[in-house]
Amino acid sequence: MGLLKELKKGVLISLWFVFLTFPVMVIKVDPIARTVVWRWANALYMAVGTFFIYFLVQFFLRKKENRKETNDSKEQTLSFIHRILQDRLQRNILIGVVAVVAVFFPQFLSAYQTNVMTTALMYVVLGLGLNIVVGLAGLLDLGFVAFYAVGAYTYALLNLHFGLGFWAVLPIGGLIAATFGILLGFPVLRLRGDYLAIVTLGFGEIIRLILENWGQFSKGPSGISNISRPGFFGIEFSLQSSIIYTYYLMVLLVLVTIFVVNRLQDSRLGRAWIALREDEIACQAMGIDKRKTKLVAFSLGAFWAGIMGVMFAAKTTFVNPASFTFLESAIILSIVVLGGMGSIVGVLFGALILILMPEYLRALSQYRMLAFGAILVCMMVFRPQGLISNIRRTYTFKKKTTSSLCR
Amino acid sequence: MTTQPILDVSGLTMDFGGIRALNTLDLDVNNGEIVALIGPNGAGKTTFFNCITGIYTPTAGDIWLTPPGGGKKISLNGLKPNQVTEKGLARTFQNIRLFSKMTVLENVMIGRHCRTKAFIFGAIFRNKATLQEEQGILETSYAILEKVGLANYADEFAENLPYGAQRRLEIARALATEPLLLLLDEPAAGMNPQETIGLEHLIKQISREGQAILLIEHDMKLVMSLSDRIFVMDYGKKIAQGTPLEIRENPAVIKAYLGEEVDA
Ligand SMILES: Nc1ncnc2c1ncn2[C@@H]1O[C@H](COP(=O)(O)OP(=O)(O)O)[C@@H](O)[C@H]1O
Ligand SMILES: [Mg+2]
Repeated sequence: MGLLKELKKGVLISLWFVFLTFPVMVIKVDPIARTVVWRWANALYMAVGTFFIYFLVQFFLRKKENRKETNDSKEQTLSFIHRILQDRLQRNILIGVVAVVAVFFPQFLSAYQTNVMTTALMYVVLGLGLNIVVGLAGLLDLGFVAFYAVGAYTYALLNLHFGLGFWAVLPIGGLIAATFGILLGFPVLRLRGDYLAIVTLGFGEIIRLILENWGQFSKGPSGISNISRPGFFGIEFSLQSSIIYTYYLMVLLVLVTIFVVNRLQDSRLGRAWIALREDEIACQAMGIDKRKTKLVAFSLGAFWAGIMGVMFAAKTTFVNPASFTFLESAIILSIVVLGGMGSIVGVLFGALILILMPEYLRALSQYRMLAFGAILVCMMVFRPQGLISNIRRTYTFKKKTTSSLCR
Repeated sequence: MTTQPILDVSGLTMDFGGIRALNTLDLDVNNGEIVALIGPNGAGKTTFFNCITGIYTPTAGDIWLTPPGGGKKISLNGLKPNQVTEKGLARTFQNIRLFSKMTVLENVMIGRHCRTKAFIFGAIFRNKATLQEEQGILETSYAILEKVGLANYADEFAENLPYGAQRRLEIARALATEPLLLLLDEPAAGMNPQETIGLEHLIKQISREGQAILLIEHDMKLVMSLSDRIFVMDYGKKIAQGTPLEIRENPAVIKAYLGEEVDA
């Protein structure tokens, strides 16, 4: 393509961006002096910056395309992480390093950092749960936060009225959320794609609105406070040690979740989910019960959200409906998509990046969310398949082992 | 009473709004037979498959399946597609419908789903029964791949297979469900002559092993050389039935085909 044409396109795009960001970047109203400051220099920076970024993006896209052409005949290009994970020694070293970091994290970093990390780990589990529904079974669920809310309120209410402790409610919260998963599953069995997304979105809002408006039941928008923190055989912790305890608890829960989800997706049931995602009609024609398979996916996904809800209520000791807005569902979904649909390692990375990045972008102060958005856009442009794309699973079974590789 | 047909369809009718795609159709397949269902495009052949496999609910008619060797007659009316497959009908699709992001081996393993049991508990705890079952799934699936000549492709994504191989994989996947009757919807469509010859050998081989087959096909050479009996339909109605020789000479068939373009 002609360079001139490219240049023209670049200029047009920069102008468009200047226009879009004009109200934010150029106009500044000083409410006290009642004057408008026109920061024209900003418009120039914006134009030049966009222009360069546009060409940078074009450059990388070209490079990527060229690489694709040359590598087409070869094996699919494995990402860096895949290469590490496939080599046994490297994989063990990586796991070792992660384990050491995970164990000593609270020792070396502040309680604040530990708290942030605990939150990130919660999103790992939420992401892994949603990954069953969206990544494996291919059911686009925009109301996942509803199950998170169900778990949180299960603990909050049982704790408030019956004084039940964290450990007692943890499985109860999971099971009640799973039940709600089935309840949602039934009416949407026939729906797919966009339609399913809209219904689940509605479901998420309904749960939130009920919590907000049914004051006698849920105490409405003011929420429920003074929820007990997780205990340890009746021992009460100080705030400081409770934060550390919660962190280790979360590490443990993440490990359990990874273990279970990995085994699930690597089983007869997991294959059925993927087949359902690939082609619903063929899937049924091959003898898979669509209803059962979908309901199990919904309820297992919801189960993890419920457990995390309990964890959330216990960690913050306070719940109110404002914590369970659509934005939460969107973030969890982004974790799954960004990480790579159906990939456990991907979700792990996705959650850590998406939850930790805004924290560490605080240095950019007011531009934090802007940078966050830009990074997301770039990632999706360059790696639409997610950070860790689905890897082909190979089976070696003649040696009487049913091993399989990571996804 | 001694030789009940495996599949016995009577009076099958299917209306789409005002269109009658199937009109009181009768058809039967005996054990070990290869039966062909032919007719011009739009005659209703695929609709017939969709009706007997539970994908469509027919407007009227009865579908009976009888396991060979004195099994009890089963009605397939009103069953869901997965239940029909479980009872013993397995099909391929005219427009290939493989699980494209799964490997070739995994595609066949899906076929084993309805013959195996492991569920949530088994998946998480991998008890002995589950491990054995999984091993069995792998071995059976791999053996089927060897039979259809796709073992070399086992770890390839299904979408990367050449066209002819994809059609074979559809057959392999259907065979994995251990069907009483195998339904093939235009398995040779889009194949080159060489691939078609390979397919003919494959179908003959499967048939020799005792598999009953109901075949929809446009390639007349293939139909004539494979089939024991042929049913011909046009505009949703059966217009003839008989041996290949009888069909070749049947004036109604010749007329139906001369009215249309025959893609041989
Ligand atoms: N789902 C459907 N809705 C409406 N009409 C259909 C549907 N499926 C098939 N038909 C109609 O039924 C007739 C038979 O189609 P089909 O069974 O695909 O023919 P064949 O497989 O013999 O070429 C066609 O006229 C087609 O338009
Ligand atoms: Mg057809």
